Amino acid sequence: MAGFEMSGQIQLTINGKEKTVETPPMKRLLDVLREDLHLTGAKEGCGEGECGACAVLMNGDLVNSCLIPILQTQGAEITTIEGIAIDKKLHPIQQCFLEQGGAQCGICTPGMILATYHLLEKTPQPTLLQIQEGLNGNLCRCTGYMRIFNAVHAAAAKATSQSETQ
Amino acid sequence: MRSNVTEYELTAPGSLDAALQILADSPDRYTPIAGGTELMVALGAGRLQPKKLISLWNLKELRFIEVTPDAVIIGAASTFTDIRKHPIVTAEFSILAQAASWTGSIANQNRGTLGGNIVNASPAADSPPVLLAYDAAVTLVSIRGIRTVPYRDFHLSYKKTDLAQDELLHSITLSRNIDGYTTYIRKVGTRNAQAISKVAIAIVARTNRGIIESIRIGAASLRETPARLIATEQSLMSQPIAPATIAKARAAILSETIPIDDIRSTAKYRSVVAANLIEEFLQTL
Repeated sequence: MAGFEMSGQIQLTINGKEKTVETPPMKRLLDVLREDLHLTGAKEGCGEGECGACAVLMNGDLVNSCLIPILQTQGAEITTIEGIAIDKKLHPIQQCFLEQGGAQCGICTPGMILATYHLLEKTPQPTLLQIQEGLNGNLCRCTGYMRIFNAVHAAAAKATSQSETQ
Repeated sequence: MRSNVTEYELTAPGSLDAALQILADSPDRYTPIAGGTELMVALGAGRLQPKKLISLWNLKELRFIEVTPDAVIIGAASTFTDIRKHPIVTAEFSILAQAASWTGSIANQNRGTLGGNIVNASPAADSPPVLLAYDAAVTLVSIRGIRTVPYRDFHLSYKKTDLAQDELLHSITLSRNIDGYTTYIRKVGTRNAQAISKVAIAIVARTNRGIIESIRIGAASLRETPARLIATEQSLMSQPIAPATIAKARAAILSETIPIDDIRSTAKYRSVVAANLIEEFLQTL
C-alpha cells in the first residue's frame, strides 16, 4: 500500500463554504468534487483538459478540474456550477442558455456556463471572436455552437441593461 | 485505466529554497509539476511514470515578470495568461504573446506555465520556437548556485535537456534590443486552440536596403527537439530578397529538418509546409 500514509487534509472554500477533505494529494479536484463532496455538476468528458466539461473557477480563474491535483487547491476558492445560481434562482447566464437553446444534452453546459461567467467578468461586451476565444476550450457535440454564442450575447446584453438601470 | 492516486507522492514546498533543498537531499529524482496541463493528463490516462512529484504552482519566487532597461525576465512558473496580460511583453515581444494565445485554451492558459512548456521538452510545444527566435537565455537554479545558458543549447536530444536532477528552471530572459526587427510566427495545426502543431515557425530578422542582415528561425515539430534552423539562417545571411535566395532557403530547410510521420501529420507534409512558411515570410520583407 505504497503512499497510503500520504493522505492529508486539504482546506478549501467551495461555493463560499469552507470545506476540509482528507485525500491523497494527487487526487484530481474533479474527483474530490464529485466523490468526496458530492458536487456532480462538473462532468468528466475527455479527462485531458481538451473538452472543458469539468471547468470550474479557482480563485476566479477558469480551470479544468481534471488537471488539478487537490494539494494545489489548499486555501483556494473554488466555484462550481452549483455555486452560480443566486438564492436558488438561475443566474442570468443560465437563464439565457435556457431561453436561447444553448443547452441540449447538458454534459458541456456547466463548463460552458463557467467559461461564459469568466469571459463576461473580464470582457462584459464581447465580440463574436472574443466569445469564440473565451469558449475555445469547451466542446459541445449537440448545439453546433451558434445557440451557445447567442446565449452569451444575450447574457452580456442583459448584464449591461441591468447595470444601466441600477 | 486511471492511475491509482494513492501510489503518488506530491509535496508542495512553501518557498523556492525549500523546493531546491528537497531536490538536493533526495536520492531519487523528483518531477516538478506546476500547472499540471501535461502531467495530469498522463495521470488521468494511467501512464504517469514518476511517482514522486514536487509542486511549483504559485511559488512566488518563480511567478513574476520583471522588466529592466535591457531585458524582460519571465519567471518559469508564469502562466500563459500572465504573459498575454503583460503590457511590455505584448508590446515588445508580440509573437510570444501570440504563441501564448494559441497554447491550449483559456483554461489551459490559466494553468500552463512557460517553464513547463520548456522543460517538458516536447518538439511540438508552442513557445520554444519564439524563444529560439528571440535568442532567449534560460536561468537554472539549484542549491549549488545559479547559471544562465543560451536557450538554443538547452535541448540536448528528444526530451533530454541540460537541466540537472537537482536543478529547476528559474526564469527566461528576453533581451530588449530588437528595435527595427521584423517578426513572423505561424502555427499550422487542425485549429489554433487546443490543437498541437503539425509545424510551427517563428522568425526574428532585420534587413537593410533589401539585404538580410540578421535572422533567427525557431521551429517546432521539424526535429527531435525545438530547434534553431541554423543552415537556413546561414543561407539567407547577407543575401538580397530574390527568387534565387528563396530557392536556396527552401533547399536549406529541407536539408536540416528531420520531421517524422505521426498521428498529426506526415514528414513530407511538414517539410513542404516548413519551406512554404519560410518563403511566405521572405515574400513579406
